Amino acid sequence: MTQTHNVTVTGAPEQPFTLNFGPQHPAAHGVLRLVLEMDGEVITRADPHIGLLHRGTEKLIENKTYIQALPYFDRLDYVSMMCQEHVWCLAVEKLLGVDIPKRAQYIRVLMSEVTRIANHLLWIGCHALDVGAMSVFLYAFKEREFTFDFYEEVSGARMHANYFRPGGVGRDLPEGFTEKVTDWLPQLEKTIDMIENLLSENRIWKQRLVGIGVVTPEQAQNWGFTGPMLRGSGVPWDLRKSQPYECYDELDFEIPVGKNGDSYDRYLIRMEEMSQSVRLCRQCISMLEGGLKDQPWKIQNFKISPPRREQMKADMESLIHHFKYFTEGFHVPEGETYQAIEAPKGEMGVYLISTGGPKPYRCKIRAAGYAHLQGLDFMAKGHMLADVTTIIGTQDIVFGDIDR
Amino acid sequence: MLDLVLSYLDLITEENIWYVITTLFFVLLITLPLFGAVAYLTLAERKVIGWMQLRHGPLYTGWWGIGQPIADAIKLMFKEPTIPEKSNLIVYILAPVMVLVPAVVAWAVIPFDANWVLADINLGVVYLMAVSSLGVYGILMAGWASNSKYPFLGAVRSGAQMVSYEVSMGLCLLSVILLAGSMNLSEIVLAQQGMWNAVTLFPMFIVFLISILAETNRAPFDLPEAEAELVAGYNVEYGSMPFAMFFLGEYANMILMSAFASIMFLGGWLPPLDIWPLNLIPGIFWFFGKIAAVLFFFLWARATLPRFRYDQLMRLGWKVLLPFTLLWLVGQAFIMKLMQVGWV
Repeated sequence: MTQTHNVTVTGAPEQPFTLNFGPQHPAAHGVLRLVLEMDGEVITRADPHIGLLHRGTEKLIENKTYIQALPYFDRLDYVSMMCQEHVWCLAVEKLLGVDIPKRAQYIRVLMSEVTRIANHLLWIGCHALDVGAMSVFLYAFKEREFTFDFYEEVSGARMHANYFRPGGVGRDLPEGFTEKVTDWLPQLEKTIDMIENLLSENRIWKQRLVGIGVVTPEQAQNWGFTGPMLRGSGVPWDLRKSQPYECYDELDFEIPVGKNGDSYDRYLIRMEEMSQSVRLCRQCISMLEGGLKDQPWKIQNFKISPPRREQMKADMESLIHHFKYFTEGFHVPEGETYQAIEAPKGEMGVYLISTGGPKPYRCKIRAAGYAHLQGLDFMAKGHMLADVTTIIGTQDIVFGDIDR
Repeated sequence: MLDLVLSYLDLITEENIWYVITTLFFVLLITLPLFGAVAYLTLAERKVIGWMQLRHGPLYTGWWGIGQPIADAIKLMFKEPTIPEKSNLIVYILAPVMVLVPAVVAWAVIPFDANWVLADINLGVVYLMAVSSLGVYGILMAGWASNSKYPFLGAVRSGAQMVSYEVSMGLCLLSVILLAGSMNLSEIVLAQQGMWNAVTLFPMFIVFLISILAETNRAPFDLPEAEAELVAGYNVEYGSMPFAMFFLGEYANMILMSAFASIMFLGGWLPPLDIWPLNLIPGIFWFFGKIAAVLFFFLWARATLPRFRYDQLMRLGWKVLLPFTLLWLVGQAFIMKLMQVGWV
């Protein structure tokens, strides 16, 4: 002991072991570059570097019409595509001051919940893979393929759907769609059960997750955590309940809340959220198949939604609407707004300023993962190298929306 | 000096030459099928884990993916071996050899059937322990010589891991030796004629299985190459044939440890019960069947379990398995002494 002491006094100060974790690291979830300072295997400092996936989305949106801006949102958090579209549509509608038909709301909520399931399935797969359980990844991805099938059916694209529109959705649900979702839900529940059987009481899984990356409620609130990261710490805050948008106030569901704020609680929360999403999907489907069956699925104001094709052939007004909608876009009155939704990863928000005209003046996107990633340093401090991958996994970060 | 050299020449008699030739023949008879088994173990692994994960595994290389190992080998052979600029060349090249060679030479003492053994030495168990623990040097050398951070961490982990699990593994073996009264592997097998050690020493069998998982760096103890943390651990910087040699070494070690487990605990080449239809099957098939069963356990564990963390692995080794095996060994010796059975 004395000898090492002498060395530190007389010689150069002891250098920490720095490890460059990423951006090409398999557990970096995209392009996270993490500079770790370590004492042996124990992390003393974790410094996340971002920006490797920056595409200037916010700036690009300033030069696009409100409809053209929509596909950019698919590409933000490319794991929960339709939820991002949702927040954009809601923000534009808020500025426009319009209400959309009930059927459109239910379709949006149904697809948002399917998206939430898709996101959480990807999350549990990758999280388990990071912790070393390989098979869960493939079990989860098999079910996730079905959510992509649903995307394909409604929009034609398996991933970047571009399905929601300001004023409703792009087109009505195809025939037999709700039946297909209904048939799939029990199968999904079985898979969720199987994954929970594999992991929840698994001793190694618990050893790796319990007490790792603990976030106190104060820390979570101070650092701007949202979604499961906040609820895991015991703060019952879900925008679907606290500030219901669309038709969430008409639906019956519960918000799972954690106790200890560790990775294991967040794992349990996300698994339960999937079950709650299944419940929400069932309620939406029963409404869509029942009272809302032949209702309009987009706003009937053809200044902000395209008119029917048949009308265009017969009606001059419709032709003009169609032409204006697809060339100039629609005009949004002057004003600014902030709209947030409960995306699978947390609060996804859009701050939108319009100075009139068909293009937004400024669009600021609030990504949940951005706030979570800031907390990586205090969450990882004192843990071991292997826990860093657990913590990155439990934060459920994706670089599409952090770097924008 | 000249006399000495000339006296060696006397050794070249017809008898000795034949001895060398026959030994070489037997060595080839063991090693060539071993390499074949290693190649097809990779295919088996991909198939078995594939089925467990709702996949098919390799399908398109030859019929049913049967050509996959050969394709992999050819691919690796034709790759350019890269050597990091700052590495220590000699150690860097030597490391894969140090992993592969012990895994192969250990097979000398493995009895495949009654009297089917290349070197029937009395200290077979000790020889196996000695040789199998040499493999860790290769991994340490690889991690150190690469002069890179991820391999370094992998090597440090693997050194600590293999040493700590060897202790409890050794104690498991001691209890078997105590029961059999011999360190000769053939005699240990024959001592299990009435009842397999896996039954009488069931807890030790479990500890042994856990230890061989850790000893061969397989999931859930694959920390030296944990892909989620260390990318590939000690072999990050390797490619081409040196990498293939690590791979061969790892899989040869898996087969070796499975054979070791079958000999020590599952009655080697003996049938489960010495009754009519079972004892018609030649012993070597029983032996291979048991090896396959233990190998399946390796693959099964890999497909099912999450990975341990480094400190948890150490805790399991030193604070759970070691005290348990020690207590068991003392208790077993005590009971054997009281009952006046066996060697004690």
